[in-house]
Parts: sequence; C-alpha cells; structure tokens
Amino acid sequence: MADNEPTATEEVAAPVVADEVASAVIAKFPRAIFNDSHGQAVLYIDRADWHAVAEFLRNEERFTQCVDVTAVDHLLDETRLSVAGITPERFETVANFLSHPRNRRIRLIAQVSEFDTTIASLTDIYPGTNFPEREVFDLLGIEFIGHPDLTRILLPDEWTGHPLRKDDAPARIPVAFKGDPGPQ
Amino acid sequence: MSEKVITNDSEQIRLENQTGEGAQELQPQTRDVVLTGGLWPEDEATTIINMGPQHPSTHGVLRIMLELDGETVLRLKPVIGYLHTGMEKTGEELTYVQGATNVTRMDYVSPLSNELVWSLAVERLLDVEVPPRAVWMRMMLVELNRMASHLLFQATNGMDMAALSIMIYGWREREEVLRLIEMITGLRMNNNFIRPSGVAADLPEGWDTETLRVCDLVEKGVQEYSAMLNENPIWIERLSGVGVLTTEQAIGLGITGPILRSTGFPWDLRKAQPYLAYDEVDFDIIYTENGDCYDRFTIRLIEILESIKIVRQCVERMPPGDYRTQDPKITPPPRTRINESMEALIHHFKLFTEGFRVPAGETYTAVESPRGEIGCYLVADGTAKPARMHIRGPSFYNLQSLAPMAKGSLVADTVAVISSVDPILGEVDR
Amino acid sequence: MGLEQVPHNFLTGRLEDLVKWARTNSVWPATFGLACCAIEMMATGAAHYDQARFGMEVFRASPRQADLMIVAGRVSQKMAPVLRQVYDQMVEPKWVISMGVCASTGGMFNNYALVQGVDQIVPVDVYVPGCPPGPETLLHGILTLHEEIRTGAIMKRRGPSKGAGIQIDNIDGVTGSVRPVTITSS
Repeated sequence: MADNEPTATEEVAAPVVADEVASAVIAKFPRAIFNDSHGQAVLYIDRADWHAVAEFLRNEERFTQCVDVTAVDHLLDETRLSVAGITPERFETVANFLSHPRNRRIRLIAQVSEFDTTIASLTDIYPGTNFPEREVFDLLGIEFIGHPDLTRILLPDEWTGHPLRKDDAPARIPVAFKGDPGPQ
Repeated sequence: MSEKVITNDSEQIRLENQTGEGAQELQPQTRDVVLTGGLWPEDEATTIINMGPQHPSTHGVLRIMLELDGETVLRLKPVIGYLHTGMEKTGEELTYVQGATNVTRMDYVSPLSNELVWSLAVERLLDVEVPPRAVWMRMMLVELNRMASHLLFQATNGMDMAALSIMIYGWREREEVLRLIEMITGLRMNNNFIRPSGVAADLPEGWDTETLRVCDLVEKGVQEYSAMLNENPIWIERLSGVGVLTTEQAIGLGITGPILRSTGFPWDLRKAQPYLAYDEVDFDIIYTENGDCYDRFTIRLIEILESIKIVRQCVERMPPGDYRTQDPKITPPPRTRINESMEALIHHFKLFTEGFRVPAGETYTAVESPRGEIGCYLVADGTAKPARMHIRGPSFYNLQSLAPMAKGSLVADTVAVISSVDPILGEVDR
Repeated sequence: MGLEQVPHNFLTGRLEDLVKWARTNSVWPATFGLACCAIEMMATGAAHYDQARFGMEVFRASPRQADLMIVAGRVSQKMAPVLRQVYDQMVEPKWVISMGVCASTGGMFNNYALVQGVDQIVPVDVYVPGCPPGPETLLHGILTLHEEIRTGAIMKRRGPSKGAGIQIDNIDGVTGSVRPVTITSS
C-alpha cells in the first residue's frame, strides 16, 4: 500500500509573483514557492522554515491570527495538484493565516515525509494553534516539536493508530439487510 | 479599521497552557501553607473536580477539569472528544453532494451555515457561479438560521443562569423560525438544503407573508427578553465583569465571532470579506467594549435584530430566476424531465450514483456562522469524492478561551463563561 | 355486604395497576443529550410540544433521581463508558429510549468513531427513528414507552443484553447470520 503512486500529476507552472506578501516571504526565504489557488495566495515552504516563516508573517507582515492548522494525507490521490519546484511528500501540513489590519489571508503548505512526521509547533507565536495541532497529531500522527502538551484530544488516550491516515481503515461494519421477523 | 498594533501575549498564554500532564490529567499543585489569621490553616493541596461530560448545562458533552482553591478556579482544562464522530473520515467516503449531509451535522444548531461553507468551497473548486436567486435564498436561510441559533443561545444562557422562564420563551420564538425553515427546506434541523450547485428546491407559495410574520414575532420576542433581562439586577450581577477577555488574548487564541466582537474589535466576515450578497444589504456589526459575559449576551440579542433586518430586505428584493445552476454536469435535472429525455435520465443516474468529479485543487473558504468564522479546507483529487475535507469549527478555537476567562472566578461563574462562549460540541469534536 | 354499602369514598383497584399508573405518569428523564437530537429533545420539553403534560418536564441531572435515559445523539467510543456508568447509576425501575438513528444503529456514521447502536451497551426499550426525530416522533416514542410501562410486567428482571436480537440474513451478498460487531479501540 505504500507504493501507491498517483497515476497522473497536473504540472502547474510557477506564476509570476504578483502578491506582495508572497514576494516578501520569497525574498527572505528563497526556497518558498508561490501558487495562486483559485484566487487565494498559497506559499509552499520548506518544512525547516515553518516556524521562521510564521514568525515573519506575524512580526513583519502583520498576520495577526492563525486561523487553522491542519494536514492532508495524499497517499491515495488519483490526481495530485503539483506545483513546479516542490518535491511532493505523503503528508502536507497546511496553515491558514488572516491579517486583520490588511484584511487578507495567506496559506502556508509544507511537505512532510512519511518517514519523518515532525514539524515545528506554532504555539509560541500563535497560542490558538494549541488545539488544532493536538488534533492533527491525534488523527494523522504528525508531531509538533515544541508543543506544550502534545496528547490525544479527540480520541481516547489508549487508542492506537491515526484514523485520518489513508491506510487506517474507516472500520465500517457491513450494512446488512436484516430479516426483521416483525412484531411477535 | 484602527491600525493599532496587536500583540499576542503569546508567551504568557503559552506558559499557562504548559501542562505536560496528559490529555485527561490535571494534577493538583501543592503550594505554600497560608495562614489567613483565621482559626485554621489553609490546605496544602488544591482540589481537582470534574464537570461533565454529562451535566445539565446542555452544551453537549464537554468535560471541564477545574483546579479549585475553595470556590475559586485556579486552572481550567477542557477535555473534548466525547462526540468525535469521524466526520472528516466519513467525508472522504461521500460524494460532493452527499458531503452536505455530513457537514450539516457538525454545528447542528446552525446547519445551514455549515452547508453554505461546504457549497462555497466546492463551487470555488469547480469555478461555477450560482444564479442570483440561489444567492439571495441562501443568504435569507443563513440569516434565519442565525436568528434560530441566537434564540437558542438566549434560552440556554438563561437556563444556565437559572432563569428558567427564558428557556421556554426562547424556544417559543425558535419554534416559529424552525417552522418557517421547515416550510422552505422541508426539515427543522440538518436540512441538507444548500448544495454545491445552488439550493435544493425553490421557495414555496406564501413564503414572503410567512417570513414577515415570523420576523415580527421574533422582534416582539427580543423586546420581551430585553425588558426582562437587560436591567435585571440579578442578571447584571451574574454576567457583568465575568469572564473578561482582551482583544490581544482573543486574537492570539484564534477566537472569532461574538466573543471577539465583545472585546471591542468589530470584525465580522460578512462586512470584512463579504460573500453571497452581504455587500448589497444594509446591516450593522454589533460590538461592545468590555469583553464580559453580559456583552456577549447583548451582542447576540441585538444580532437577532440585525438578522431580521437582512431577512426583510431579502423578502423585498428576492430576485426571480433559477434556484440552481443549469450546468448538467453538476445539477441533477428536474424530476419530470427524467421521463421525457434519455439524456436527463443518464445525467440523473450518473450524478446520484457516481457524483460529479471535481478537478484537483485545494481551497479554504470561510463564512461567518453564529459562533464565528467557520472555514472549509477542501482538497480535491479529480475523483467524485474529496481527498480531504476539513472544517475549521469556530467553537473548537473558542473553547481555548475558557482557560483565561475562567481563571480567578468562582465555579458558578465558570458556568456563565461556558454558556457565553456558546460552544457546540458537534463542530468541536467533528 | 359488599363494599358498595360502605358509606365512605373509596376507590379500589389492584396494587399492580396503581403502581404502574404512578410509574407511567411520572417518568423523569435523565439529561443525556449528546448531539443534534438533544436540541429536539429540548424542543419536546419546551412549551410548544410540552412533555410536561405527560409528567416528564423534570429533567433530572442526577441519574440517581431519574427513571428514563433518553440517549439523544451519537455515542462515540470515548463516551461509551460514561454512558454505561450513568446507566448503572440509575435506580430500578429504569428504561432507555434510543432517540435518533445514531443512537439506534450508528446512523449515517458507519465508522471507527461511533458505537453502532447504543443497544450494544445498554438494553433499550424503545427506538425512535429520525435524523433528528421531530418532537412529534419523540413524543410517539415516549407514549409507546408509557404504554409498555402501563401494561407490562411490574417486576422486570433483565438478563445480559444480547443487543437488538435481530437476525441478519443477507450481508452484501454473503449468506448466513452474523452477530453485531462492537468496535473497540485496540
């Protein structure tokens, strides 16, 4: 199951960076790549730069709030959106940011390999990422380094496995057509 | 909007959140013995008590662990997951049309907001536009839902403060709104009405007189609640100054919605980043300065009146036309045409067995639900089912505000604080 | 000389009938609202549908004072031991209504996270279908339960629960009977 390759990839040519925040980030972190996803600004950054870029966004670019941190498992994708210049891994960690004074959003995506599922935690920059990082750890098994309390949040403590991973089964029981004997 | 610099107080909040004790654990912390001059010394250890997951505050199955010193709360830790339903995993097994039935059960008190954010995300990935009638119908339904949700807040907030009559009055108005929603969508709750190509059906006969009648009734009801509660000394005593949150704390913790607006920050996605037709209707954002429970109660009460304003404008200005896009690859054909046209039959069959395919892409779409910013992060992979469907539930983030709000208050105030956050555990646990 | 000649006001009846009448008309539910069905349960208790006319508006928070547990909503794996503990804390005679499809069979969420039917944990007396069941449906279920209490056995001794006891004939093309599966965490 681990050698499930996507059967087709869509190559998206890296567009001209018209977005000022993206160009500021790329100027400071040259390995970042910009993508325009249906009108939204997305930056694909290196996993090692995760914490530094988030700090840059908060301190320099005035992105006051981290709205969401989540992750995606691309193991069984039939067609994976692929952006030129990044090496796609099995997992992607996604963080959405909102700037109240500038009234705009931006998204950061970092590739996380399935053999080293760790990434820096953003709780010291944005305390509100405490719960969502625990949820990603719980359901997908990605560890956030520096998180003050990385424990399961939605599943019982004794649960083994990470259900949202594609190789963890949904555990459906077979739906039966029951021969109801009727009222006795 | 003012350009004041917003810092996060991150270090302080991070230190407060540092427990390292495990998800379900809260260990009592020993402290120095303090002699107060009374007849007995204080205990060395503090008490840990557990509220929930089954408790009468009816905010769902939320479990709170409190560390108490007598009656004062020193630390608070919410333990969630008692309603975890695996909805995001189920969402990967359902098609995009079926996804609305899944998503609608997350925030079950305002289900149409969930369906709206899901439909907007799917439509963005498909790059389709819905016709104006669908847009205005969606807006009207979402505002009706906001009214119903805030009325439920008034009812449960009153009940938690032991003002039991408000529970009955709040439900009386909510029943009117639910009956109207049932007339339009067919169901009182979990409607599955707002779908990725528009809405499921057209408005029925007589909807406009019925809607205006309900608006008048709810407006009268709101005036009754104001008369009963706004100047009520017990109400003010129990809610004023309780659970104060500052804007810096709120923004750092990812708080949105009425809680953020109660701290003095007028941020509402309907005005800041308008979607549907919110830039064409006239309404105000309600915000207050003090950041306490009384403010949040007031904001939600007046937001009912603002929603009534919007609904009345929708009734006046509802455009004629189609209630869903006429793209045959996405929208099922009308049922009567299936008997006449082979193509319609085939489209119907394919759409309901396999579903429409969405090209590979990802998007994050957010709308303003009664609890705050609800977002949908959707990753499509070219098949008829999403690769990843994640809903950013506002209550999930708002629950992080319980700890700073309840610190230093009494246990009874903790009930007031939980109630004023108005969490819905369906979207917290998903 | 029969009782007709006694000049005082007497009503006579069988003891069992009186006890069952008293039990029927004062069933106090325990608050066990979990999810969307809880909202409809609250609506049933509110003024429009008013279960107070059946003697049931008193939702007891403490299970020791309650007679009926209306399991309203989906029961997750984490909540299942809590459910059982609350049920065990209730004093006999006690009844369980499984409200909604999630509580009855797992509903639309056939996955790892939910107990597929609360009858795997507690014995259920009445199943109320719906997603969520409207207040009228819940009231119908409650009245069915009242009928059961009023006409049923006065002393109920329950054996160990065997689930819903439904015989499964056909599973996706496989013949033969299969027992319901409990999803555990290991």
